[in-house]
Amino acid sequence: MQIPDELRYTKDHEWIRIENGRGTVGITDFAQDALGDVVFVELPAVGTALTPGQAFGVVESNKTVSDLFAPVAGEVVEVNEVLRTQPELVNQDPYGAGWMIRLAVAGSDGDAELLDAARYRAHVEQA
Amino acid sequence: MPQRTPLYDRHRALGARLVDFAGWEMPVSYGGALEEHRAVRQRCGLFDVSHMGEVEVRGRGAGVWCNRLTVNDVRRLQDGAGQYSILCDERGGVIDDLIVYRLADERFLLVVNASTTEADLAWMREHGSPDVELVDRSAETGLLALQGPRAAPVLAGLADADVAAMRPFTLRDATVAGEPVRVSRTGYTGEDGFELFVASDRLPTLWDAFLAAMVAEEGFPCGLAARDTLRLEAALPLYGSDMDRTTTPLEAGLGWVVKLDKGEFIGRAALAAQREGGVPRRLVGLEMDDAGVPRHGQAVLADGGPVGQVTSGTKSPTLGRFIAMAYVPARYAEVGTAVGVDVRGRHHRAHVVQRPFYRRAH
Repeated sequence: MQIPDELRYTKDHEWIRIENGRGTVGITDFAQDALGDVVFVELPAVGTALTPGQAFGVVESNKTVSDLFAPVAGEVVEVNEVLRTQPELVNQDPYGAGWMIRLAVAGSDGDAELLDAARYRAHVEQA
Repeated sequence: MPQRTPLYDRHRALGARLVDFAGWEMPVSYGGALEEHRAVRQRCGLFDVSHMGEVEVRGRGAGVWCNRLTVNDVRRLQDGAGQYSILCDERGGVIDDLIVYRLADERFLLVVNASTTEADLAWMREHGSPDVELVDRSAETGLLALQGPRAAPVLAGLADADVAAMRPFTLRDATVAGEPVRVSRTGYTGEDGFELFVASDRLPTLWDAFLAAMVAEEGFPCGLAARDTLRLEAALPLYGSDMDRTTTPLEAGLGWVVKLDKGEFIGRAALAAQREGGVPRRLVGLEMDDAGVPRHGQAVLADGGPVGQVTSGTKSPTLGRFIAMAYVPARYAEVGTAVGVDVRGRHHRAHVVQRPFYRRAH
């Protein structure tokens, strides 16, 4: 199970990479493995304002459906349109081509709940 | 403590994800359910379905008894032939679907669902006859399903009998990989294939032989997830999801199984009345026009409100589209009818399509 050191994580198994005020969000390797083959990803419209913990979309496998939660506050500036036709990228490359949304991060006060890689690993292993 | 098949250690060693299914710890997939699905559609796949139940019926009243408990006409069976059938209650509700094989004169084998084996046996005993002995063979019987267009050559390479010449729904004894087995040309995937009944303690040897023989065909073991998408594309109903005691075979689109003219059987009066008076609802195929997996229990919407219920749904790996089976009132059952599905509070557009969603060409 991959848990890259440079990312931050939520307890709901999203990851976020923040660079220059932009946060890229996806779901973790653990999450994609638990879901099984992803067949559909529903993403928000560009311009949607999100608060930390707010549901911004859903990811579906034939087995189950899960909500996606915003790791931090921000406005959606880009969504991964490729996932509309190739949702399997979430399984194949969860931290790369399977990314879901980019946020213009609103300040840094929303980061308190995020886990670093070590704490996320502990969270997963405890589950 | 869940039950385990004799292949449990094999499944673990292969890295299968195991889930509870009807009280059995079964492989849901061995890595990728989609790849397993495609293997069966294009080549072959092997399923452990040993959790299913087997009941032997014997005694001089066996034929008459089977004909009274099941809706199909057992008298049409010759030795070594089987038929799909339904166990109904007096109201025509479905207790289980099953395959009835005639092994010999007054000797039958009933293959039933894992989730219903106990209830079936209770029902059968409740409706027992002094001339009929019921023997539960479930524990001692292992069952493999070898499915796909390359199933016949794989099995032929291991068998001492001409299995490729077997007709659908027939059963014969054979020696396969040195093991005595009973082979039937049946399955639950919409592909050609075989099911192999073998003594539980011989099951691991047979499993290993098939896995080795399938390598050349690029076939591999498949789990319950692929089994579900395969059967749903073929619009084969799943007991407990698409039908149960509250639905009749006529509603489930299984009217062809019900032989009202064969004489008295349990459920006949109710089913005859329903056929006479009109079947009020139908299990139809839906194709979704909006993306998202329709799921069991979601409401079918029409004319501004709920009119029916989704019973099974998936993204069809073969078609690449979201499909479902659902009960709708008869007036919405025509192919092409536009309906909606309430997907977590949102109206998703759908339309009624022909069942099955997928039919094999070969």
